[in-house]
Amino acid sequence: MNGVRTMLAWCPDWPVLAACREHDMDPEVAVAVVDKQRVTACSPLARVEGVRRGMRVREAQARCTGLVVLPYEPSVDSRLFEPVVAGVEASMAGVQPVRPGVLAMRARGPARYYGGELAAARLLVGRLAELGVDGARVGIADGPFAAEQAARRAEPVLIVPEGGSARFLAPLPVEALGDGDLAALLRKLGVTDLAGFASLSPDAVRDRFGAAGAMAHVLAAGADPRGVAARTPPREVVAQVDFEPALDRVDQVAFGIRAAADALVDELFEHHLACTELRVIAHSADETVERTWLHPRWFSGADMVDRVRWQLQGDSTGSGLKSGVTRIRLEPEVVDAIGHHEAGLWGNGPDEGVHHGLSRVQGMLGHEAVVTPVLGGGRRLAERQVFVPWGDRASTELSDRHARPWPGSLPEPPPATVFPEPRAVVVVAEDGTVVTIDERGTLSAPPAAFSITGRRQDARRVTGWAGPWPAAERWWDAAAARLAYRFQLVDASGDAWLLVLADGAWVAEARYD
Amino acid sequence: MPAAALSAHPRGGSAAERVDEVRELQARIRAMQSTKLDTRALETSPTVAGLLPGGSLKTGVAYTIHGSTSLAMALMAGPSQAGSWCGVVGVPTFGAEAARASGIDLERIALVPYPGDQWMPVTAALADVLTVVLVRPPLPPSDAVASRLMARLRERGSTLIVLGDWPGSEARLEVRRTEWSGLGTGHGHLRGREMTVAVAAKAGPSRDRRVSL
Repeated sequence: MNGVRTMLAWCPDWPVLAACREHDMDPEVAVAVVDKQRVTACSPLARVEGVRRGMRVREAQARCTGLVVLPYEPSVDSRLFEPVVAGVEASMAGVQPVRPGVLAMRARGPARYYGGELAAARLLVGRLAELGVDGARVGIADGPFAAEQAARRAEPVLIVPEGGSARFLAPLPVEALGDGDLAALLRKLGVTDLAGFASLSPDAVRDRFGAAGAMAHVLAAGADPRGVAARTPPREVVAQVDFEPALDRVDQVAFGIRAAADALVDELFEHHLACTELRVIAHSADETVERTWLHPRWFSGADMVDRVRWQLQGDSTGSGLKSGVTRIRLEPEVVDAIGHHEAGLWGNGPDEGVHHGLSRVQGMLGHEAVVTPVLGGGRRLAERQVFVPWGDRASTELSDRHARPWPGSLPEPPPATVFPEPRAVVVVAEDGTVVTIDERGTLSAPPAAFSITGRRQDARRVTGWAGPWPAAERWWDAAAARLAYRFQLVDASGDAWLLVLADGAWVAEARYD
Repeated sequence: MPAAALSAHPRGGSAAERVDEVRELQARIRAMQSTKLDTRALETSPTVAGLLPGGSLKTGVAYTIHGSTSLAMALMAGPSQAGSWCGVVGVPTFGAEAARASGIDLERIALVPYPGDQWMPVTAALADVLTVVLVRPPLPPSDAVASRLMARLRERGSTLIVLGDWPGSEARLEVRRTEWSGLGTGHGHLRGREMTVAVAAKAGPSRDRRVSL
């Protein structure tokens, strides 16, 4: 049985190309994309220098000293491959993206339309080059497996004649099956090429290697049962409003986008979808500001307008525009079936009301005005609590950091008042001189009085104190290193303070009130 | 406890003392019997229940606290543990770790650290949806503004805790002094504290109570 006639295009080193595009780099230099300290892919120049896939980063850097190392991000891989697939779809229908860097289609249609398989394959190579993928290889064979093997050996086009897949695959090594464990085992059994593997009896292979082995056996025999499942090109649901002339007032923009946002939500509703993550892109005459917004439930039209307003007003991250707005574009990033978000018959309980109330306050003061506290990690108290705006997702890294041991963290109980910015204070000894500390952590004199305002006339007597507790932060990095000594001080009225002596200056970090 | 408190005053003192005693007893009776039908008690953590008139937090009223954020956290802990939402307005120094240690569920708390001059509308908006709202007013509100908010609190059944002054509060808790344990001179560390809190109910004289946090 012959597999379906398949044309498959392979973009060599796609992860490198994608990572270079993401980081605005030239792929002509020696680049390696690494995942978990091992090389996932490398550029041709790096390969010439001896860098190989699966190599440890340190070894790769030893072989090629000028190697640029980029992290492997699967999402970037797929995201940048999407326009390539769409570009190929413009000239050939029925494309199946197999994985980032590889796409397949039935060969019959393009071959008939462009006058022969060779012409269609050459056209596909040219089309990919137009889309910025240089050196793409195309293979045509019976079934996707044989077509991919052909593409990997193509210069840049290799066509395996119809019915000749088994003969083409026969001399290939067993590693071509893409299963390292199976290939190693087959080599130990004395089977080195696909012909040898294919000649084993199907029952024996199934008994010894299970279902996965049986599938590999079928592929090795050139009888690929898989077809090509063309994807349905996704419908683009976005809202875009152009302003002519440019608007420079936020409320005008918000008013202008309102109808489009409502229409966008209605259109999603028609597809039984609800948007939970929205990308807002604001263009002005000379800049573009974009940001992704999350919603704890799902976006209504009014919620989208709010996000546009907050983004244009700017916040602490400084994303406001400086000149008039010419265009607003709303793109739903994440959509979900509306059924998951249907309100219950009696509402979703009190939390829905809470959400509406807090959103109202956000509408009054801005997105970052309403926060929920999340405990993070660190030695300084202000670092240990992170305020996450209502509706945003706290990164899981925070809870990981909180769970780690932090040598030098404070004993219980934690202080109820933590100053976001430390306040300058003065601590004096009995003789009125400011208390200092030497390199060995010895105090010049026990603290006898301290003044929270920094003025001497507000001094309070110290009735109990403890310290110095050293906290050495980032001692391995000379630029960021910080050595601080902490003290707990209690005055005569029972007020307790957490003071810090760092770089010769006293500050109040927190108050136990 | 009332018997012990009474026995501290020997019977047959001066007339003025007796008038004081009668006033105090009347205040205590008033505090015990609820004057309004619609006030509802919230879950209250046992550490602070002894401080409050009636022994529990009531809805639709305001409590003022002077001199302690921890005391405010302890008041919020009871409702929070019972599953209610809490809000904090105008307290950028709110210590999240201390809040969690006092028993507040950080999953159900919303903070508005810098409300600016909008603090009153923000407090009102939060009081609409949250059960307990802690607020530090930048300046005491006028009676009219405060009574509008109180009407809203009564309607919504939420409780206001104020760090500062508030007209017509249910009870005023003022920390008179704090004694810390565990700290020496140059050694040890703060472990626990015992606070002496002056509690003044709406009607009646102020009484000192002790609480350890």
